[in-house]
Amino acid sequence: MTVRIDQTKCIGSGQCVLAAPDVFDQSDDDGLGLVLVPEPSAELLPGVRDAVDRCPAQVVSLEE
Amino acid sequence: MTETAVCPVLHERDHPLQPPVGFPEAVGDGPVKMLWPNGVEAWIVSSYAGVRQVLSDARFSTRKGGQPEMRTDEGETVLDPDQPGNINGIDGAEHMRLRRPLSRGFMVKRMNELRPRIQQIVDEHLDVMEAKGAPADLVTSLCLPLPSLVIAELLGVPPEHQELFQATAGDLFGKNGSKDEYLAHATKLAEVLAPIVAEKKAAGTNDDMIGLMANDTDFSMDELIFLCIGLLAAGHETTSNFLGLFTLHLFEKPDQLEILRRDPSRADVMVEELMRYTVGQLGGAGLTRRATEDVEVDGVLIKAGDWVSVSLIANLDEELCPRAEELDLERDAVSHLGFGFGPHQCLGANLARAELQIGLRSLFERFPNLRPAVPVTEMDYRDDMITYGAAEIPVVW
Ligand code: HEM
Ligand code: SF4
Repeated sequence: MTVRIDQTKCIGSGQCVLAAPDVFDQSDDDGLGLVLVPEPSAELLPGVRDAVDRCPAQVVSLEE
Repeated sequence: MTETAVCPVLHERDHPLQPPVGFPEAVGDGPVKMLWPNGVEAWIVSSYAGVRQVLSDARFSTRKGGQPEMRTDEGETVLDPDQPGNINGIDGAEHMRLRRPLSRGFMVKRMNELRPRIQQIVDEHLDVMEAKGAPADLVTSLCLPLPSLVIAELLGVPPEHQELFQATAGDLFGKNGSKDEYLAHATKLAEVLAPIVAEKKAAGTNDDMIGLMANDTDFSMDELIFLCIGLLAAGHETTSNFLGLFTLHLFEKPDQLEILRRDPSRADVMVEELMRYTVGQLGGAGLTRRATEDVEVDGVLIKAGDWVSVSLIANLDEELCPRAEELDLERDAVSHLGFGFGPHQCLGANLARAELQIGLRSLFERFPNLRPAVPVTEMDYRDDMITYGAAEIPVVW
């Protein structure tokens, strides 16, 4: 399972950080979403799925 | 040809905290085309999936193009669509150019840094309210001053400019004046902001919103000033109204208020549920878009050029969560549409969340017996179609 953010359309809303703070962060330079843990363990997956759902720009993906 | 249905009058509510009379029935699962009081025809989209689609699909434009607002019967927008810095009225790359640099100022980390200051502002206002004694008006005691003080903090208005800034901002949003009055107050506020921008430019700092815009972006002075006013406009009455509406919903539902009283440490999650429910119950028409190509939404073909009004009554759609018509503070946070969706989703959402979480929690921790001094249904509500809320909330404790 790999988590990705397509930064070209990210609006830096931080919804991913709220959904899964252990997996995502925002860059101090531009506020865009960052993946801290690209291969999250099973217990982190519900939060990641929540981030996929909540991301307003729909740029968070989880490839199984 | 069937005749286009006429939109129900959106100001008439049986209960001040419930959707306008006839609106939920008229829109059904949508999309339905309706005729607005100002003569414009527009689709109303009201399903959870449909609203998410319209708000995130680039084939729907947010440019208002000089068209009359559909929500009102006045047929006039306050905002010139070509106003520089009108972040909510432009699409695509043009929008990203303005929006992207601002997101750093609203980062989750930055909002968390602001929390102690927000707490301090809330505590100071509750102190005054307590000292003066019951009854008090919650709107003027807390709801209204909180957001404008917090936005001043976020923008980085220096202490020596605070008083003038607050007074001018108060004039701009204090009452529903005419368009000319609004423009005069906006000009005044621009004059108050100009020297602050010049100071930040000279200092070269970027640790607050004005500094960030002045020194880290290619924004013109016009854009910068208008964005400051825009942040104030977008975040002032909205946040104030919602803090009031949340409290009123809890007054009307003592069992839910009891859940908050029992476990205020979950206030963060409860604010999400209150947001979902309150926005859903406001119902009515919401965010306006226009199709630039033919697009199918919920099985209905929306033609290029058609206006679409997204109703956030979608927050009560069962597709979002079970028993969506019920307020349930024990629910986990769900992906609601209270702050919109797509590239225009509320820029200030995380700031509003922090204010609402801290405000609501502190209010009921300080006054566990807080209750309305008059019935919620007999209070006075302001409804200018964009913002809805109680004009006054008399409380005792
Ligand atoms: C409870 C309080 C608030 C609510 C319910 C709210 C709601 C919304 C909604 C629904 C939108 C989307 C509009 C659209 O799609 O056309 C929006 C946009 C916006 N909001 Fe908020 N908002 C709140 C507080 C704030 C605050 C505190 C700020 C700033 C300090 C703010 C700044 C903005 C801005 C700048 C936009 C336009 C974003 C864009 O078009 O890219 N809002 N808000
Ligand atoms: S939720 Fe989406 S748009 Fe927001 S910061 Fe994360 S990736 Fe970017």
